[in-house]
Amino acid sequence: MRKLLFRFIGTLGYFFQYGCVLHCTFEYLGDFVLCSGPSMEPTIYSDDILFTEHISTLSQTINKGDIVIAKCPTNPRQQICKRVVALQGEKIKTGFASYEVVPIGHVWLQGDNTTNSTDSRHFGPVPIGLIRSKAVCKVWPPKSIAMLNDS
Amino acid sequence: MKIPSFFKSIFFGIPIGITFVDSVGYIARVDGISMQPALNPDKKTPDYVFLNRLAVRSYEIKRGDIVSLISPKNPSQKIIKRVVGIQGDIIKTLSYKENIVQIPEGHFWIEGDHTGHSMDSNNFGPVSLGLVTAKACCIVWPPSRWQFIENFLPASRIPLNRNPRRFAKNT
Repeated sequence: MRKLLFRFIGTLGYFFQYGCVLHCTFEYLGDFVLCSGPSMEPTIYSDDILFTEHISTLSQTINKGDIVIAKCPTNPRQQICKRVVALQGEKIKTGFASYEVVPIGHVWLQGDNTTNSTDSRHFGPVPIGLIRSKAVCKVWPPKSIAMLNDS
Repeated sequence: MKIPSFFKSIFFGIPIGITFVDSVGYIARVDGISMQPALNPDKKTPDYVFLNRLAVRSYEIKRGDIVSLISPKNPSQKIIKRVVGIQGDIIKTLSYKENIVQIPEGHFWIEGDHTGHSMDSNNFGPVSLGLVTAKACCIVWPPSRWQFIENFLPASRIPLNRNPRRFAKNT
């Protein structure tokens, strides 16, 4: 009985250790994200799985044209997948003859599907601190495996 | 091949430490005068506070809490401020471009206790909830300041929609 208990505690300890290693990998190196919604068509379709990396977020080297995963500014429990259209200090056209300057520490995010996307045109510039990771490649479904390049 | 136990303990020890800091909390030094008199009342001896990350996991913060968040102006800087209003509240601002602001969904209003010496929402407006990293729970150092941080909001800073009498006077 005692032996069984010790073995149980030992197994729990292993789960704990490998859980911590997994947490660090997913939090600081890269993870997989399941996208849903039409906002990034035709680059990413609903139910595609992306591989995303956290290194460029941690070193703060987000460039124009990158596809990023960020926390939604209006609902932090939800994540959004959008393209960086403008960096801090750049001008962005918001209407027929109106411009907006992206403030310091923010980026302007937009979906590729401009007609069906809730993005910075709706909630304004997004703080860089909300960006979680940068998408690198599509890994699922198999027939559309591809790197995500800037466009 | 057997991994030497020293390297094995490093391989597991560091991730366990990082996971603990990420999910439970950590101790941080408070810099600056923006939260006087609640934190750093004496400029020479900075306070060290325990920042509880479990408390903000579900983004349920209350008015009067002291929270730490990523600065919306500079993502590599962390700031510590008091929550004055949560989403839906109507705030009478102190030096913001608009006099009265309704906090949009998923945002909140933060202010330093040291009015006028603090970079807070009066400067950059309502802040997104996703930027919150932790809630300050107690002061752990120096020993003379050892205490829990109470939830406190000055009567003059209570949101207008929480105080009907004041709201009537202002409209």
